[in-house]
Amino acid sequence: MWRFVIRRALFGLLVLWLVATTVFLLFFAGPADSVARRLAGPRAPQEVVNQIRDTLGLDRPLTQQYLGFLNKLLHGDLGTSFISQTPVSTLIMASLPATLWLVAGAAALWLTAGVTGGVICATAPRSLRDRLITVTVLAGISLPTFVLGIFMIFLALSVFPWLGLAPGPYIPPLEDIRGFFQVMIMPWITLAVVQAAVYVRLTRGSMLDTLGEDYIRTARAKGAPEHRVTYRHGLRAALTPVVTQFGVDIGALLGGVVVTESVFGLQGLGQLMIRSVRDGDLPVIIGAAVLAAAFIVVANILVDIAYSFLDPRVRLT
Amino acid sequence: MALLEVADLRVTFPTPDGPVQAVRGVSFQVDRGRTLGIVGESGSGKSVSTQTLMGLTQGARVSGSAKFEGRELIGMPEPELRKLRGAQISMIFQDPLSSLHPLYTVGWQIVEAIRLHEPATTKAQARKRAIEQLGLVGIPQPDRRVDDYPHQFSGGMRQRVMIAMALALNPKLIIADEPTTALDATVQAQILDLMIRLQQEFDTALIMITHDLGVIAGMADEVLVMYAGKPVEHAERREIYYAPHHPYTVGLLESVPSVSGAKDRLRPVPGAPPSLLTPPTGCGFHPRCRYAMPRCPVEEPPLIRGSACWLPRDIVGTGPEAARRRSEAAGR
Repeated sequence: MWRFVIRRALFGLLVLWLVATTVFLLFFAGPADSVARRLAGPRAPQEVVNQIRDTLGLDRPLTQQYLGFLNKLLHGDLGTSFISQTPVSTLIMASLPATLWLVAGAAALWLTAGVTGGVICATAPRSLRDRLITVTVLAGISLPTFVLGIFMIFLALSVFPWLGLAPGPYIPPLEDIRGFFQVMIMPWITLAVVQAAVYVRLTRGSMLDTLGEDYIRTARAKGAPEHRVTYRHGLRAALTPVVTQFGVDIGALLGGVVVTESVFGLQGLGQLMIRSVRDGDLPVIIGAAVLAAAFIVVANILVDIAYSFLDPRVRLT
Repeated sequence: MALLEVADLRVTFPTPDGPVQAVRGVSFQVDRGRTLGIVGESGSGKSVSTQTLMGLTQGARVSGSAKFEGRELIGMPEPELRKLRGAQISMIFQDPLSSLHPLYTVGWQIVEAIRLHEPATTKAQARKRAIEQLGLVGIPQPDRRVDDYPHQFSGGMRQRVMIAMALALNPKLIIADEPTTALDATVQAQILDLMIRLQQEFDTALIMITHDLGVIAGMADEVLVMYAGKPVEHAERREIYYAPHHPYTVGLLESVPSVSGAKDRLRPVPGAPPSLLTPPTGCGFHPRCRYAMPRCPVEEPPLIRGSACWLPRDIVGTGPEAARRRSEAAGR
């Protein structure tokens, strides 16, 4: 078990190193002046370009720059933003809570709704309720996030203004718990609707396969009541692919939920990334990219470990 | 009154292509300590008829009667039926790997069976009984194996676990649906021996479902041969093996491989089982029967003195002499 975790962690580090190296080469390979020009932007005056070249030490040999880059990265130093002159790590730490809360709240919603919907469909396939849910799900998948988001803002402001729901900015829960919910509920639902649709389909399919298994018949033959057959025997086995998907989704979303954050004006990682790409704020882009990769790597390791708890046939060696 | 009395059981499944008549009138009885073998090809209705008794055929239309200790099972409300399932009547299935839940230990699964019917039993007590049961069916070191998962057992050991679970509540009737089909020949013999021993020890009634007459040769008291959802021959074991009357039973016996008769080629029953959407008219077996007579497709032979066939009652047995007499009687 521990050997497995350590091996996966080392492998994860390898992936992170590859990501960092690729990002580095993408931006820093080339003659010092052209790199400095690229970083500064086409319209920047020559003094600025020179200044960038000198502060970043772009005229040093590439290997030396690379080692310096890795060394800083290992110490959690992601550099300083060109635009705001604040450390990148500070910027990321400021944006992280909004994204974390957004993903955590939405995940709770979509997992509950998705699995429940899937089970309801699978226990009565081709029934009226199955078809109703399937049609709703199809609508949920087809609906673009920004359309749903804008529609929700419209509803909140014009139909239910007494709820006090508002689009952004993010309010920390410890500061004002009521305000936190008023800001977060709409983004949660928006993000969860699309995801829940995917999970309903995933759970339904997995559950239908499981309910046709011989061990389900055994459970009935033992005299287990139907709800026990469905949940303890059926859902327990059907959950494995759902958990895999869940881990991958969480990892990917933590890197930044670009559209939802933009629609609701939440200053999360997605917003940070968009802004830095627009401004050509290179250190921030690098930092956000490495962080997003780290989330995905860690989520995948956690999924693998969860697998061994869910399915004893998966031996971790 | 027999332990289980089934009379004129009929099961139909509605499908998009029309109703499938899986079982078309089956009657039999089983008593404590006795073994009934039900034999037939795939699709002959042998599994469906027993699963229907247990209420495990969902969405089927069922008619007829099945009395267990005098209580009618057909139409019994689900909660009452559930109390019988696993406690009074238990089942052993064909493939123990797919029939045991892969994600729970065998101990958990046996404990569940016990506690579903005896909620007052504590987990620790139930676990102790599970270990005893595993020992009873010949699993070595049961106190350690109780925490293993099904995939950690061999095929034969897994079937022993199934048997341990089926016996956990000391049922009055065990229905074994092809319990040895998925196993190696030597393991088959061990499992059959175990079942015979346990049946005698606990005086249980046993229904053995199989497609292989060889499997029940040593254990069935009587044998019911089914074809296309109907019983075609129903008799004491000796009669079925030494004096079979129905050409289908004869065909099944001739298709059983024997250890000594290596020089003869196996003779399979020619043709394939009929569709139960549109069963043949008259005798269901006539399209495949070597001795079919003009009346066979028209009139359905009743089950008289153990066999449903128009051939004269005195022509019985296997071998060339019986075949010659049958051909003569059929006018061929």
